[in-house]
Amino acid sequence: MFDTISTLVNAFGPSGRENRVAEAITHLIKDKVDEISSDAMGNLIAVKKGFGKKIMLAAHMDEIGLIITTIDEKGFLRFGTVGGVLPLISLGQRVVFENGLTGVVWYEESIESIKDAKPEKMYIDIGAKSREHAEELVEIGDMAVFEGRPVQQNGLVISRALDDRVGCAVLAELARRCPETDHEIYYVFTVQEEVGLRGARTAAYAIRPDLALAIDVTRTADTPKSRHGAVSLGKGPAIKVKDNSVIAHPAIRERLENCARENGIPYQLEVLDKGGTDAGSIHITAGGIPSGGVSIPTRFIHSASEIVNLEDAGNALKLLETFVKL
Amino acid sequence: MECRDLLKKLCSIDAVTGREDAAAQAISGILSDYCNEVRVDAFYNVIGLKKGHGENPRNVLVTAHYDQIGLIVTGIDENGFLRFTNMGGVDPKTLAAQEVAVHGRKEIHGVIGSKPPHLTSPEDADKPVKMEDMLIDIGYDEKQARKLVSVGDVVSFKFPVLELKNNRMAGRSMDNRSSVAALVEMLKELKRIRHRDNVYAVATVQEESGLVGAFMTAWNLKPDLAIAIDVCHGDMPDAPSDESFPLGKGVAVAVGPILSRHHTRACMRLARRERIPYQVDAEEKDTGTEAAVYSSALEGIPTLLLSIPAKYMHTTVEMVSLDDIEAAARLAARYIAFRDELDQEGNSND
Amino acid sequence: MTKQGKLKASREYPESLIDTLKKLTMLDGVSGDEKPVRDFIMERIKDRADSWHVDNIGNLIVFSKGTGLGKKVMLAAHMDEVGLLITGINDNGLIKFKTVGGIEPRVLVGKRVRIGKDRVPGVIGYKPVHLQDSSERKNAVKKSGLTIDIGAKDREQAEESVAVGDTAAFDYDPVEFGDHKLMAKALDNRVGCVMLAELLGGRYPFDLYGCFTVQEEIGLKGAKAASYAVEPDAAIILEGTTCYDLTGTDEHMMSTRLGDGPALTVMDRSVIPDRDLYRFITHTAKSLGIPWQVKRTISGGTDAGRIQVSGRGVKVCTISVPCRYIHTPVSVMDKRDFFNTLKLAEATLAGLAGWFTRDGNSGAHEPEPNESGGKSDV
Repeated sequence: MFDTISTLVNAFGPSGRENRVAEAITHLIKDKVDEISSDAMGNLIAVKKGFGKKIMLAAHMDEIGLIITTIDEKGFLRFGTVGGVLPLISLGQRVVFENGLTGVVWYEESIESIKDAKPEKMYIDIGAKSREHAEELVEIGDMAVFEGRPVQQNGLVISRALDDRVGCAVLAELARRCPETDHEIYYVFTVQEEVGLRGARTAAYAIRPDLALAIDVTRTADTPKSRHGAVSLGKGPAIKVKDNSVIAHPAIRERLENCARENGIPYQLEVLDKGGTDAGSIHITAGGIPSGGVSIPTRFIHSASEIVNLEDAGNALKLLETFVKL
Repeated sequence: MECRDLLKKLCSIDAVTGREDAAAQAISGILSDYCNEVRVDAFYNVIGLKKGHGENPRNVLVTAHYDQIGLIVTGIDENGFLRFTNMGGVDPKTLAAQEVAVHGRKEIHGVIGSKPPHLTSPEDADKPVKMEDMLIDIGYDEKQARKLVSVGDVVSFKFPVLELKNNRMAGRSMDNRSSVAALVEMLKELKRIRHRDNVYAVATVQEESGLVGAFMTAWNLKPDLAIAIDVCHGDMPDAPSDESFPLGKGVAVAVGPILSRHHTRACMRLARRERIPYQVDAEEKDTGTEAAVYSSALEGIPTLLLSIPAKYMHTTVEMVSLDDIEAAARLAARYIAFRDELDQEGNSND
Repeated sequence: MTKQGKLKASREYPESLIDTLKKLTMLDGVSGDEKPVRDFIMERIKDRADSWHVDNIGNLIVFSKGTGLGKKVMLAAHMDEVGLLITGINDNGLIKFKTVGGIEPRVLVGKRVRIGKDRVPGVIGYKPVHLQDSSERKNAVKKSGLTIDIGAKDREQAEESVAVGDTAAFDYDPVEFGDHKLMAKALDNRVGCVMLAELLGGRYPFDLYGCFTVQEEIGLKGAKAASYAVEPDAAIILEGTTCYDLTGTDEHMMSTRLGDGPALTVMDRSVIPDRDLYRFITHTAKSLGIPWQVKRTISGGTDAGRIQVSGRGVKVCTISVPCRYIHTPVSVMDKRDFFNTLKLAEATLAGLAGWFTRDGNSGAHEPEPNESGGKSDV
C-alpha cells in the first residue's frame, strides 16, 4: 500500500491538471479492468464488468495548488489559489511546477501583520532574473503544488497530497485485487473535486450507477486541543454519516457498517460539519443516486504534510472489498 | 380531517433532514386519502398522483418539503453528555435550554444544557455560545449513554403545537409542515374541481440540507409546470417590510427573475378573480427554495412559488395562520384547474 | 461569413456592428426579464440559421447543421444585465428595490433608472451631505437607505405606473468618446450577444448551437438549462469581463487592461477551462497576430462553469472583451478589443474542426502511461 500511495503522491495533479495522476493510475490498473477511458473533463473511468448492480467508487485525483496569474517585471510570480489553500500554511513552502521547476512562496514584507498575508499579497520566487527569463520557464495559467515527499514512519505516512491520493491508492489496490463479485464496478478517479466537486458530477451522469461511494479523507479530532469530533487516526476507516455536501443514504451507511462488523474490520463514524466530498454531487445527479462514503482519517489536511495511518488505508480496502461482494 | 388537526398531526412527525426514512410512511398515509396512487422513492420523497380528467393531461408538480431542521450527535463524552452539530440551518442562539428527543436505539429525552446566570461572568453574558461548546444532557453516564446512543444519531426538538388567537398555530416544524398541510388541502380542493392535468403532489426530502429532494423530483417527474410551496418570513417589527409578510393576509406569490412571469401574473389574476387573499413577494435572487431547482432543472421548468408567512423561522415557536395555509391550497388547486381559462396573453417566456 | 468555415483573419468588420451594439445596450434585459433583448436578436438571426427556438427558461437557441463531423459546438453569450427589482412602494410614493445581480450600493447613488415595460423614468436620490451625521459621512452607502423616486406624490399614484415585481434598468445612452472608446450600460454582456449573432450563419463541419442565455447574473441559470438540452462536445463562451487598469493598481490586481485585446480565462470561481482548448485558442491568436491577454484575477464566474459540468462534461473556454466599470451604467470598452475578440472567436470557430480531429480530442480515449520519467515528480 505504501508503494502505491508513494507512486500516486509523487504525481503532479492540481485541479484541472490531473492527467499525470491519471497516467500513473492507468499504469497500475489497466491490466486488471475490462475498460478504461477518460471523459471530456479528464475523469478516469475504469470498469470491471458484471451483471449485478452498477457500483461507482470515486476518489478524486486532484490536489490543491496555486495558479500563476501574473509574471512581474522582476520575474516574481503572482498567483491565485486552486482549492482550499490556507495562505499562512503556504508561506515558506516549496512548490513545484509540472515541468519540475521549484519555487518558494513568500509575502510582501510591507504588510503589517502576517495575518494579512492574503494570496494577493504573496508571490512565488523561482529565482528568475527578469520577466523574460521567467517567461521561458513558466507561463500564466501554469499551476504549482506543494512539495513534500512521502515518508513512512511508525505505521504512518507523512506526505503531500494524501488528500486524496490515499483514496486513489485504495481504489487502485482494490481494482488490482479484482474482487469476485457479480456487480459491475466503476472505479472512477475524478477531477476538480477541490474546486467544487465538479468531475464526479459528469462521471456519475454518464455512468448512472445504482449506488456510489466516495473514497476520500476526513479530518481527525485527536490532536492537541483540536475541534471536537469522533474520528482518530488508527482506529479504522470512517463510514460517512454526513458531511457538508451529503447525508449518506441510510441504507448505504448501514450496509457499510454491517460489512465492517461481520468481517471484524475496525471502523468509526464520520459526522463532518465542514467540507464536502464527491458524494455530494453524485447523490443529486440524474434523479438521485444513493450515495455514501468511506473516509481515511487524515491529519493536517490541505497542508504539505498530511498524515494517514497505513492500517486505516488497509482496512478501508478490506471494507470496500467486502462491500462490493455483497 | 380539518386543516387544524391535519397540521397538528403533521407537526407530531419527526423527520430530521436526511433521516426522513422514519417518517415517510406516516406522510404517505396522509397523502393516500386524496390521491390515486402514492409511492415512496429511494430517498423517501413521498409522491402522490392525482390523475387528471382531461384529454392529453399535462403533468403539474406541486411540492412541499417535509424535512425539518435538527441536530446530529458527533460525540459522547466521558460523563455521558452528547456533543452535536446542526442538520440544516439551526441558529445556536435558539438552543439554550431546549427539550430534545435523541433518536438512538430508542427515543431518549434530553435537554440542552445552559450555564446558570449566577456563574456567567458579565463579559461572557454578551457572547453567543458556540454550538460546539454545547452539550445534550440525557441523564446517563458514558457507559449507559453509549449503549443507547451512537455518533450519527439525529436529534429533534420537542415542542407541542400551540393554538393561539386568530387561527394562528405555533410550534416547531411549521417550516415546512404548514406547506405539507397546504399540499393536502390542495388535494382535497382538487377532489371537488374537475381538472385536466395530472397532479403530482410530492412531499420532498432534504430541502434543509441543500434542496436535495427537489433535484431528484424534477428529474424523475419532468413536469410541465412546477409549484413549490414553502414558508416565507412573517412580519416582525424590525424586519424590512419587503422581506416579511403579515400573517392572515393571504398566501405570498413570489415574483422575480427565476419565476415564470407568465404563470405568476396569471396566478395573481386568478387570485383576484376567486377572491383568494394574496400578497406579492419580490425575490431578486434564487429564493433559497425548491423553486430555485425547478426553474433551471432539465431544459427549464416554468415555476411558481407560493409561500405561507411564518414568524420566527427556524426556532421552536414558528407561527403560521391556518387562513394562509388554506389560501395557498385554494390558489394552487384553482390555478391547476383553471389556468387554461385565463387570458393567454404573451408567451410563457414573457 | 465565408462558407465551409474557412475565413481570412484579416477580414474587416463593419463599423455598423458598433451601432448594433449601441442599440442592444439601449434595450433593457434585467435577469429574468430579457424579452426585449431576445426579440431584437431574434429579428437579426432568424434568416441566418437552420432553426431557432426559445426554451422554457427563455434562452434563445439557434441551430446550424454541420457538414458531417458529428460534433456539437455551443457558442454562448448571456443576454441579461444587472439591474433592480421593485419590491415595495412606500406610503410617500418612493419605491423600494433590491439589486438583481451584483451592483455596489455606491454605484446607485444619483443614477437614472427606468422601470418596467413602459420604462417609467426615476432617479435614485441620496441624503444630502449637509444632512448626514458624522458616521453617515464616514461610512459607505447602505443599500437599505436607497429608493427610486418617480415623482409620485403618494403610494396610490406610484402604483398607477409601477408594480412590485417590475424590473428597472439603468437609463443611460451610449457615448463614443476618447480614443476608440465606447461607454454604455450593459456592455456585460451585449458585446457577447453582438459577437455571437455575427458568428452565426457560417456553415461548419460540426453542428453549431448559438445560445443566447438568460439569468447569468443571478447564478448562471439559463446556461444550465441550455447545455442540458444541447449536450455539446465543446463550448466557447463570449463575455464582457472585468477590467481594472486604473493608475495605482498593482499589475497582478489588474484583471485585464483596456486595449490589450481579448481576455482569456485560465481560472475563475466557476471554471478551470480545458487547457488544451485554451492552448488552441492562444495558438490561433498568435498565428494570426491577434493581440490577447490573460485575465489575471480569478474572481467571478461565467456560464462556462455550468456548461462544463453539464451532462457528461464539456470542454469549455471563455473569450472576453475587457470592459471597465462593468455592473455600472457607464461601462467602457475599447472598440479595437471588441473587434479583436470577434476576430479571435471567428478564427477559433474556423479551426475548431481541426482541433477536434487531432488525436486526443475526440472524446473518450485511453491515456498513455507517462513515459517521460521523473520530470513531473514532486
